[in-house]
Amino acid sequence: MQPKPVLLKIIDGLAVILLGVATYFALVKAPTEQVMGQVQRVFYFHIGTAWTALLGFLFAAVLSLVFLFTRDLKWDRFQVAAIEVSLVFFFITIVLGSIWARPAWNTWWTWDPRLTTAAITELIYIAYFMLRQGIDDPDRRARFGAVYALIGGISAPITFSAIRLFRTIHPVVIAGGNPEAQGGFSMTPSMLNAMFVALIAFTVIFIDLYWNRIRLGNLEDKVEQLKLKVML
Amino acid sequence: MTVKSSNIVQAKTEQRSALSAPTSGNYLKAVSAVVWKDLQAEFRSRELFSAMLVFSLLIILIFNFALELDIKTRQSVTAGVLWATFAFAGTLGLNRSMAIEKDRGCLDGLLLAPVDRSAIYFGKVISNLVFMLIVEVIVLPVYSVLYNINLFQPGLLLVILLGSIGYSGVGTLLAAMSVQTRTRDILLPILLFPVIIPVLLAAVKASSGFLDGSDFSDILLPLNILIVYDIIFISVSFMFFENVVEE
Repeated sequence: MQPKPVLLKIIDGLAVILLGVATYFALVKAPTEQVMGQVQRVFYFHIGTAWTALLGFLFAAVLSLVFLFTRDLKWDRFQVAAIEVSLVFFFITIVLGSIWARPAWNTWWTWDPRLTTAAITELIYIAYFMLRQGIDDPDRRARFGAVYALIGGISAPITFSAIRLFRTIHPVVIAGGNPEAQGGFSMTPSMLNAMFVALIAFTVIFIDLYWNRIRLGNLEDKVEQLKLKVML
Repeated sequence: MTVKSSNIVQAKTEQRSALSAPTSGNYLKAVSAVVWKDLQAEFRSRELFSAMLVFSLLIILIFNFALELDIKTRQSVTAGVLWATFAFAGTLGLNRSMAIEKDRGCLDGLLLAPVDRSAIYFGKVISNLVFMLIVEVIVLPVYSVLYNINLFQPGLLLVILLGSIGYSGVGTLLAAMSVQTRTRDILLPILLFPVIIPVLLAAVKASSGFLDGSDFSDILLPLNILIVYDIIFISVSFMFFENVVEE
């Protein structure tokens, strides 16, 4: 078994430290928002997890193409790792958003384009794992997974723009304003700082988990091969 | 004798040209052969068609009790009820049409045919589409009679056609994947419904627009989404179908 790379160990430590720093910035350093009060502090982690999860899903769709053209199972392991970590991050995004929405919108959930698309995206990638579970042959599993991740990756943005036919009440804090939005706010420089710290922290945490998950995938692969060898 | 042998030679050269040069004529022939095979098998057994039809009528009945379809609610939910019915009945058809290929190794036989794999895909899409359309053509008048709503409007029929094309386009690809897994039939709706939502959404919007007699400019947007979805997903499925059926 290969020892853990030094760089990964460093990133492990860095991720923990950055999570602490981001928590400090979000809970202590950033000013309390005037209208919504303390609950607005959820926003920093909400953005951090959403940003990394969406990039992870996008990355997975690109890896689908890379796998389908190269047929190297390495890319499949990369894709599974990306989708798995993103799925968890995106779930955290939805839960945090819900916690914020209860006081801000007076409801845990509304059928707003972003919320609906988020729910559907989660379902798509849960279906992805159910699909993979049903297939034993690793090569076929990888092919089907890649095709489905690609279709899901194309479908989710179309769903989003399709639901936008209806009105949205989700605030657009960065770039752009929607007069119908409720719970929007403008950020002071120290709020911006907290947001960027959270973004950087979650990006590093994502990379750390991602790398560890790929190592796990490689080890799983090795175990499977050793088992086959014993059986032969 | 000479006539016969020359015939054989001619047949052989034809066969070879069919193998080596896939012209558009041959491609269309392959597609129509798959469609014809499916339709003929279906007209003889009528398994799939009768199951889909009875199932969709039952769904309409269930909606009648679940939603209390009185005159007022009928106006607003007709489009939704129709599309939910088509979506559920559609998975039944898709599952069955791929399962009969998988059982007894028919799919392997199809794949051995010296034609482009995408021709098989298009053949399957068209036959699935035909089954869906036949069911829809029967469900529509039944619904019209039961609920006293005129559903035979050219706009609505166009929406149903576009929606069904997108549905069977993605559905055929996903059904080809799901029949090769351990869970088989159960998996198809789980795979299909989250990615088909844009179609259902736009189709319901456009259908209710036509039923309410809205301005055409309001209906244009969902219609455009339907067309864009159909084009994108049929081309993606066309490109990657080969990856799904190869052994």
